[in-house]
Amino acid sequence: MSTAVQPLEKPTTSRPAGSSSIWRSTVMHIFLIAWALLWLLPIIAAVVTSFRTMDDISTHGFWTLPQEITLENFDQAWNQARVSVYLGNSFKITIPSLIGTLFLSSLGAYALARYKFRLNLPIYFMFIAGTMLPFQILLLPVFRLTNSLRLYDTQLALILIHTAFQMGFCTFVLRNFMRTVPSEIFDAARVDGAGEFLMYWRIMLPLSLPAMAALATLEFTWIFNDYLWAIILLQSDSLKPVTAGLATLKGQFNTNWPVITSGALISTLPTVLVFIFLQRYFIQGLTLGSEK
Amino acid sequence: MAQAASVTRNTRTKRRIDWTPYLFLLVPLAVYFVWIIAPTFYTFYLSMTNWDGIDPYPKFIFLDNFQYLFTKDRTFSEALINNLRWVVVFITIPTSAGLGLAMVFNNEMRGGRWYKISFYSPLVISLTVIGLIWGWVYHPRAGLINGFLSIIGVEDPPGWLGDRGLAIWCVIIAAAWRQVGYVMVLYLAGLKNIDPSFVDAARVDGANRWQLFRRVILPLLAPVTTIVVVISIIDSLRAFDLVSIMTRGAQSTQVLANFMYIEAFNNYRMGYGAAIAVVLFAISMVFIIFYLSRVIKDELEY
Repeated sequence: MSTAVQPLEKPTTSRPAGSSSIWRSTVMHIFLIAWALLWLLPIIAAVVTSFRTMDDISTHGFWTLPQEITLENFDQAWNQARVSVYLGNSFKITIPSLIGTLFLSSLGAYALARYKFRLNLPIYFMFIAGTMLPFQILLLPVFRLTNSLRLYDTQLALILIHTAFQMGFCTFVLRNFMRTVPSEIFDAARVDGAGEFLMYWRIMLPLSLPAMAALATLEFTWIFNDYLWAIILLQSDSLKPVTAGLATLKGQFNTNWPVITSGALISTLPTVLVFIFLQRYFIQGLTLGSEK
Repeated sequence: MAQAASVTRNTRTKRRIDWTPYLFLLVPLAVYFVWIIAPTFYTFYLSMTNWDGIDPYPKFIFLDNFQYLFTKDRTFSEALINNLRWVVVFITIPTSAGLGLAMVFNNEMRGGRWYKISFYSPLVISLTVIGLIWGWVYHPRAGLINGFLSIIGVEDPPGWLGDRGLAIWCVIIAAAWRQVGYVMVLYLAGLKNIDPSFVDAARVDGANRWQLFRRVILPLLAPVTTIVVVISIIDSLRAFDLVSIMTRGAQSTQVLANFMYIEAFNNYRMGYGAAIAVVLFAISMVFIIFYLSRVIKDELEY
């Protein structure tokens, strides 16, 4: 497994340019642009809908020029439908889960990557298998456990299950990354009298930062976008993350699609921003688990 | 940690039991055990009870839940068939489309980055939002599709999510739409790892582009294909959010994951829900074991 995070290089294969290539490439680009726009049509439609009124759409149809452009829908979604509260909750759940899962998996991954011991591979395989479990096999016991720990309907319950569940994938990725770090670095540190924990903290962790960054970006979107655990472990509307909040919003604004799409669009902003600014890491993260 | 620090050792030749790795693993394993491993087994126990979510001492009914599930419950077979449809679509359409796009965008071209972004941007959007947006696309009157159909003069357009025959396919198409970008990213990474000398050698031998793809590139991408197929199957079996948001399992769109949720958390038949979860787990396990066996083979060769 070569899961070392490589910088994304430009592709090296390129076709030799022919004489009619300008004409051909123009046709190809027109075709690609049309296809990309068609592909994004559902998203574009949601954006357009958000700036129109439901009256306008139901009387004139979607495929007409808007009678007026309004920001009213965003205002309603943000204030009345409380998307602002839900978004804040999403962060309150996602950030601690992210820190927890990265920290715990880096500890576990360090042990699995650096030491030979009898249970090493079985533990490693267990983490891999865990990443592929269907959530349904965990729902009822975790629901029961959070109830008996009196954590039901708290955000801590969500933080705990996200931390635990995402550990499988993070440990898998970090373990493989850490194995690429040459052991000579640690031998030198040991001569200098560094202890095991210090070597983890001062050497391995800083060296793993590229992998951690890729993982963090990917995990942020995964945890942020979770819907199932939120509806299982939370009841109070004021605690819900934005995914579960949107389901409530849909019930509330049943036929007012412009408000629903504006709420949906606002709720994607954080992950879209992460994607725009950390795109490289996001793509690396996606391929981290699969480069075999 | 002070104790661990004082013991220096060469990890490669160590024979005596060394507790350092276990110290590092202590907390992660404890958390994992309590929240993941133990619950998995506990669900097996619950599946053999008639637990209703309240009764502290549910009755042990052994395999009754499974018997009912397999012989009497129509919704179960509906869900099973829908999951099967989901799997079939996922391992064919997004896989080939993703591979095709990866082949196109692997070549350097002007604006290539932007095309790629258009195809994989749906990946960062939550399934909840995708369900809402596509629900609007499929809206029977004002929606994107039927709005367009009425302009071009279609008299009686389909009801999409309201149509029992079409609804599940509508949901699967929305899911596949999101999956294409994921597959494309995985194949692009795979293509980047192909040694260009293989490709050059085939070109020198006079292979045309189709032969090059069919005989050289596709076999070299086989490991990526395996992963794509495993991910597609696991994702299909996990399918929940879209069904829950778009139809709540109505209009013959039930899938195992949502069926389990409805039985356990809406109908309070938690023992029965656990039985559905066990079936889902058993199906997933086939593919988990297949994938693990490959990882194990690689590890032992390492």
